[in-house]
Amino acid sequence: MTLLAFDWALLIEKLALIAVIVFGSLGIALYTTFAERKVAAVLQDRPGPNRAGPFGLFQPFADGLKLIMKEEIIPNTSNKVLFVLGPGLAMTAALMTCAVIPWSSHVELFDRKIELQIADINIGILYVFGVVSMGVYGIMIGGWASNNKFSLMAALRGASQAISYELAMGLSLIAVLMLSGSLSLKSIVGEQMADGNLWNIAYQPLGFFIFFICALAECNRTPFDLPEAENELNFGYHQEYSSMKLGFYLFAEYVNMIMSSAVMACLYFGGYDIPFLDESTLAPNIAALLGVGALLTKIVIFIFIFMWIRWTIPRFRYDQLMNLGWKTMIPLALANMLITGAVILWKAGA
Amino acid sequence: MSITQIMFFFLSALAVFSAIMVLVSRNPVHSVLWLIAVFFAISGHYILLNAQFLAIVNLIVYAGAIMVLFLFVIMLMNLNKESEPNKHIWMKLAGAISGGCFLMVMVSLVRQAADFQGKEALVGTGDIGLIKNLGKALFSNYVVPFEISSVLFLSAMVGAVVIGKKE
Repeated sequence: MTLLAFDWALLIEKLALIAVIVFGSLGIALYTTFAERKVAAVLQDRPGPNRAGPFGLFQPFADGLKLIMKEEIIPNTSNKVLFVLGPGLAMTAALMTCAVIPWSSHVELFDRKIELQIADINIGILYVFGVVSMGVYGIMIGGWASNNKFSLMAALRGASQAISYELAMGLSLIAVLMLSGSLSLKSIVGEQMADGNLWNIAYQPLGFFIFFICALAECNRTPFDLPEAENELNFGYHQEYSSMKLGFYLFAEYVNMIMSSAVMACLYFGGYDIPFLDESTLAPNIAALLGVGALLTKIVIFIFIFMWIRWTIPRFRYDQLMNLGWKTMIPLALANMLITGAVILWKAGA
Repeated sequence: MSITQIMFFFLSALAVFSAIMVLVSRNPVHSVLWLIAVFFAISGHYILLNAQFLAIVNLIVYAGAIMVLFLFVIMLMNLNKESEPNKHIWMKLAGAISGGCFLMVMVSLVRQAADFQGKEALVGTGDIGLIKNLGKALFSNYVVPFEISSVLFLSAMVGAVVIGKKE
């Protein structure tokens, strides 16, 4: 059996980690849909969903059951394989990001040191970008295979918006990479946790601002939800979808929100770092658990801000969106990059 | 067979099969999607050679940006009808023969090239493809070609803006 001679314990450990993280993110996404409705209700001064269970807590399950039980309609003229592939691709691309996010430091179980990160590859943040650029295909294939003018228009809008804002996002990221000197998310977080270093937000406020706006646009969230502008496009790229395939598209948006919040927390807010606490004084397992809690708290705060913006700001017009992306965000990001590089050189020379 | 060998054969088969499907598919959108599968397989090969940076840049640039533009063009021109004109059988035969000859020349060239004689692929061990080494090589040994090509890109961008500008 030389064929399968490798570390089985490692395989089991990684599989368990993948299962926990994927189902964990799906569970959080489930309750994010609930939180979205509750936050909207609070901001609009109404009670929101409160019928299913105490405080309406079972509402997401009721919604999911409703979506599964609905009739599944595949339009007669559409390309069936691609029509089914679209939502699957959107969901896969949304979930794949979680592979490189460091959820916490390591735990020690059964005499093994288990890193709470699926893969610490030395190009971590570029991997995130690769996956994000794949996310476009879910929208485009779904919109095209629906064989509907409005869906196609929405898909084109979504794809061009994602590509435009990826540029500014990448440029604002370069400044962070110049500070930390590494592409691995684990070392970026480690750099921020080190003694005497502040979180990157202290050095990169403008970079974070640009990154946050681009993240809003990448997730198709208001005020950048042009692909779903119902007053212009009926419903958007998922107009022809029904049942759980529609659910996948809607759900992928929430998973995307969680993942972009996690990436922002890692890049600018110290990841699993707990402020004003030296984690090395604690037992490793307790430190790891507290770290997961800290990262999740940061993610929840970001998600709340996403929702707050959605229910406060009206959406842009399409030309305004493109002008903002190309004529404001990219020059700002370039200036930020230049200033950061100049300061780093000046400090290295001094 | 080790895991690496299994991965190598799997990725190679995937790349060749997808490349054939690019040619065989009648629907241009399907061709583009199969081409994306080819890029994924090639990125997998880069990862086997421990060139992670190349792998992910290949995906971001080709699969993530250029292929999206291809899809844009095909979708907007509404080419989704299977409307490729039928070519004459002699045309197909001539194409197959000339293509086969070209393949043979390329294969023999690669087999006999002095650069490849007696060399082995560094599977999973080489470190020249890692971002640190690649960056050092680009900005020390190859800095002049690198800068010239970036000027070339810049002029291409300016040209695109000038052409795309409305009068």
